[in-house]
Amino acid sequence: MKVILRHPERREVTIEGRRRVGDLLRELGLQPEAYLVIRDSRLLTRDAQLEEADTIEVRPVISGG
Amino acid sequence: MRCTRCRGQEACLEIRRHNAAYCEDCFLGFFRDQVARAIEHDKMFRRDEPVLVAVSGGKDSLALWDVLLDAGYETAGFYISLAIPGYSEPSREKCEVFAAARGARLIVVDLEQEYGLGIADTAQRTARAPCSACGLSKRYLFNKVALDNGFRVIATGHNLDDEAATLFGNVLRWQTGYLGRQAPVLPEEDGLVKKVKPLYRLAERETAAYAVLRGIDYIVEECPMSRGAKSLLYKDLLNQLEAASPGSKQSFLLGFLDKARPLFHEQEEVELHPCEQCGQPTTTPLCAFCRLRAEVARPRRPRGGGRRRDGRGGPREAAPPVHAAGAPLAATSGLAIPLTPAEP
Repeated sequence: MKVILRHPERREVTIEGRRRVGDLLRELGLQPEAYLVIRDSRLLTRDAQLEEADTIEVRPVISGG
Repeated sequence: MRCTRCRGQEACLEIRRHNAAYCEDCFLGFFRDQVARAIEHDKMFRRDEPVLVAVSGGKDSLALWDVLLDAGYETAGFYISLAIPGYSEPSREKCEVFAAARGARLIVVDLEQEYGLGIADTAQRTARAPCSACGLSKRYLFNKVALDNGFRVIATGHNLDDEAATLFGNVLRWQTGYLGRQAPVLPEEDGLVKKVKPLYRLAERETAAYAVLRGIDYIVEECPMSRGAKSLLYKDLLNQLEAASPGSKQSFLLGFLDKARPLFHEQEEVELHPCEQCGQPTTTPLCAFCRLRAEVARPRRPRGGGRRRDGRGGPREAAPPVHAAGAPLAATSGLAIPLTPAEP
């Protein structure tokens, strides 16, 4: 699947195989509290199944300063 | 995962501190309920009271403005252009597009053009952390612009994570004065308008989810000047705690507001009077904003202009500003305006 990351800058990575949202975040080393996972403009919970053909956005939610 | 409220739809967001998961409709209902509860419980403003909403183009402030407009409150947005290269322009555009789509009034102040205080330049000239100059300028202009435009209340988009991180930083340094002034409502007094934070019960992830579900086009990229800010470190630490123990952030903040803040608040007494230059309330003869303007307007002294040991001579580059963002200002600034991050 194609995963779009937006932190620290926008980049895309390709991940092989199906997995759940929670597993994907764990593999990417990202805190679930600090990101939203979006597919086709829909928000996904950590148990949602991601398919090989999906394009996923992992959007950071933390702002600071 | 099914929605725990309607039990019919697929959930879109899990809120572990409430042991809940909501579908899109139920989440939007939950979000609006939390904002309404904050406004009513903390007596932030009345139905007929106009509210100035400080907006940055980010998710929190635009979500706040959206929820207030949707609930029928009379509001105007207030955007400060900070002259941060590559960031201020798109963030201003997000606010303008948002306001135009809803037929809402947006007040814009350009900090560089109107006050000579572009944030990037000010940080360079004063060796002040950019977040510090930004926070000081915003606190000043929030109050001034609200008063100039007849608003007695200004609302900011501070969320639960912002407030918990500020509290964490103030506790780490035992900043008792700041602890006494950290609250979701700061009442009107001596030339200061009432300042309210209707999102303080909602986590940052929830304001982002609200913005996505409502189709709000906000600036996702982080402010380039905030990289390395302490508030980001504190948020990261608190999120690690939250992952292991859901509800920790909320109990830390709400427990403080309920049980500890009154103890610090009692110790707090400051006397305000008008700034000799601009008339805004301050504890010192000149307010911090006027002092900052004077500092920036002073001609730059060349650093290291003398001959160097190696004999090459000539001016050296000014040292980059030390970034200690999140450090509250008012103790030294004399600006008696609340010490929370200015606007996320």
